[in-house]
Amino acid sequence: MKAYRDMLLIRRFEEKAGQLYGMGFIGGFCHLYIGQEAVVTGMAMAIKEGDQMITAYRDHGHMLAMEMSPRGVMAELTGRRGGYSKGKGGSMHMFSKEKNFYGGHGIVGAQVPLGTGLAFANKYRGNDNVCLTFFGDGAANQGQVYEAFNMASLWKLPVIYVIENNRYAMGTAVTRSSAETDFSQRGVSFRIPGIQVDGMDVRAVKSAADMAVEWCRAGNGPIILEMQTYRYRGHSMSDPAKYRSKDEVQKMRSEHDPIEQVKARLLAQKGIGEDDLKAIDKEVRDIVADAADFAQSDPEPDVSELYTDVLL
Amino acid sequence: MPIEILMPALSPTMEEGNLSKWLKNEGDKVAPGDVIAEIETDKATMEVEAVDEGTLGRILVAEGTEGVKVNTPIAVLVQEGESADAAPAGADRAVAPAAEPAPKPAEAPAAAPVPAAPKAEAAADPDIPAGTEMVATTVREALRDAMAEEMRRDEDVFVMGEEVAEYQGAYKVTQGLLQEFGPRRVVDTPITEHGFAGLGVGAAFAGLKPVVEFMTFNFAMQAIDHIVNSAAKTLYMAGGQMGAPIVFRGPNGAAARVAAQHSQCYAAWYGHIPGLKVVMPYTAADAKGLLKAAIRDPNPVIFLENEILYGQTFDVPKLDDFVLPIGKARIHKQGRDATIVSFGIGMTYAIKAEAELRAMGLDVEIVDLRTIRPLDFDTVLASVRKTNRLVVVEEGFPQSSVGDHIASQVMQRAFDHLDAPVITVAGKDVPMPYAANLEKLALPSVAEVVEAVKAVTYRN
Repeated sequence: MKAYRDMLLIRRFEEKAGQLYGMGFIGGFCHLYIGQEAVVTGMAMAIKEGDQMITAYRDHGHMLAMEMSPRGVMAELTGRRGGYSKGKGGSMHMFSKEKNFYGGHGIVGAQVPLGTGLAFANKYRGNDNVCLTFFGDGAANQGQVYEAFNMASLWKLPVIYVIENNRYAMGTAVTRSSAETDFSQRGVSFRIPGIQVDGMDVRAVKSAADMAVEWCRAGNGPIILEMQTYRYRGHSMSDPAKYRSKDEVQKMRSEHDPIEQVKARLLAQKGIGEDDLKAIDKEVRDIVADAADFAQSDPEPDVSELYTDVLL
Repeated sequence: MPIEILMPALSPTMEEGNLSKWLKNEGDKVAPGDVIAEIETDKATMEVEAVDEGTLGRILVAEGTEGVKVNTPIAVLVQEGESADAAPAGADRAVAPAAEPAPKPAEAPAAAPVPAAPKAEAAADPDIPAGTEMVATTVREALRDAMAEEMRRDEDVFVMGEEVAEYQGAYKVTQGLLQEFGPRRVVDTPITEHGFAGLGVGAAFAGLKPVVEFMTFNFAMQAIDHIVNSAAKTLYMAGGQMGAPIVFRGPNGAAARVAAQHSQCYAAWYGHIPGLKVVMPYTAADAKGLLKAAIRDPNPVIFLENEILYGQTFDVPKLDDFVLPIGKARIHKQGRDATIVSFGIGMTYAIKAEAELRAMGLDVEIVDLRTIRPLDFDTVLASVRKTNRLVVVEEGFPQSSVGDHIASQVMQRAFDHLDAPVITVAGKDVPMPYAANLEKLALPSVAEVVEAVKAVTYRN
């Protein structure tokens, strides 16, 4: 039930963000997570207080999974003062130290050494926290990813590399960009184990995450989880996604949708009916509607904010 | 014909060294590749190998001799049937063996295509209490002391970089840190600048205070994305929630004869970026006080050192906790007739030029910026209002240089106080050449600074 609710929240939130973008409330780049919800939801279900998360710019789902406030995230998307970054970061650059969410990074692949550094700090301090570092199949071809792999393995850092393989690096299919398309094997040269996971199935994600978290906490160093997933929307709001067929997208939606899969399983269980799920749907719609209202009515940052937060 | 064995140069900036040990005695047979002696430079102890075959006929410089100049004959190698007495005339120049090692003098200035450490009387630093005891210290030692003191003070401070631990630092700046603090806090990295810079920033996000050493800032170009995009911008992008308390430090600019890819000054590059502080000290005291401040600063700080300055000795105040403010220039010498503003190794030209100009009757003020960002315009403008003439000296490229920025600001903020156009003396607009004569031409010169000051004071 929790997975259903959390994934649905991301789905509805992103749909609303898409709408607000169309209405001109959200500017710039806006990358939606629709289709990939099971990945971050399943991963977040396996971690404890103190564990960190870091990702790239397709980050709204990750923030919601880390229990950041939908109001704060949506208001950041609309560039308002109540946003997580006071409206100064936008869709791609949001952080919550309180919730251990470390961004939100706009440079493809940069979050991988950064997340490895968060894991370094865990080891330095001798705690048992683990850092979940997310990146895509596109970022997996950046050189700095392998620089980070090397140090993480050399120093046995508690970092889980979650490669969200949604099959397209912007418009380039993995087969056209990657000599090795089995991303779970990308750590072989660094002795980092990796496994492929059905990233559309939240149960599979959760059990892989449990295993990976335990591996890291036990001091075994990094591990790679390749999440085979799919993004329904374009790379960003301005991407018409002409590099793939409508049939391909439709097939994923009708046969592998992460939310529909959970819904079907829940309904097959005794004691859960349509009404229970409808109650969740309503709760989620209310949360998203409230966030959207807030994000549209909250004022823009005060002009004095232009020069704040440059230096401490 | 006996062969002279000469004191070898073992690094680009070495001018002299100590002959610490002979491993062969007079009369010993020597084959090419045999280690015959150990030489200690300010950076390392190196073995000297024989190049030719023969017998070590005569040792000309006894072990324990300090300050042996490069190219001094240190021994004579004789071939079969030759006598060591038939040594070439050059051997007469040999240093007389010292009865016992002289007390170790203050570390000698490293070789440099620039003036050696100056004797110019510096104006008293208002940040140092009057009567404070001073200790002669090299810039290298001052930097090491700063890191060690801050590491003792704060468990979150750690040092990482290539060769910082077991090797004791490529330029020996981190000497002894591994022994005192252990491998957890003095971390040797693989050669992976982009990766370890990013890792350091991530650790800083988590609240640690990394001191990331680049073997040279030339290599930091591989890492500049993390310095600019990840370290400098995060505080702003996070609406003030979190930032990166990190120091990136290492030698910057030209050393000696290391050519284009190893000889660039990055002061103007990093000075361009909001969200960074950029420090470039000249003296050992400033190096120490400002590095301590940089480590404590909650912002990312770029700390630009210079290989040629590492071995130079200055007075450093003996204080338990000597911390200087970032963002404050220092009046190196008071004067009335013209102002020279410089920073880092640029100060060596300014100081030499000032001495020559003094001999011509000109009383020149020297301002050492110490910090490039935030730049202390109050001090620069006050000096310009006093002297009405300004020359800026730096080694970096001329276009969009620190001097250009200062000239622009001074024009906008003190135009009515200027009696002459501001002159910027910078490196030439070419990649650094290797040939010694061309390298010298590519760098600024004392003569150029003298000419510039004469021009702004209309003494030509």
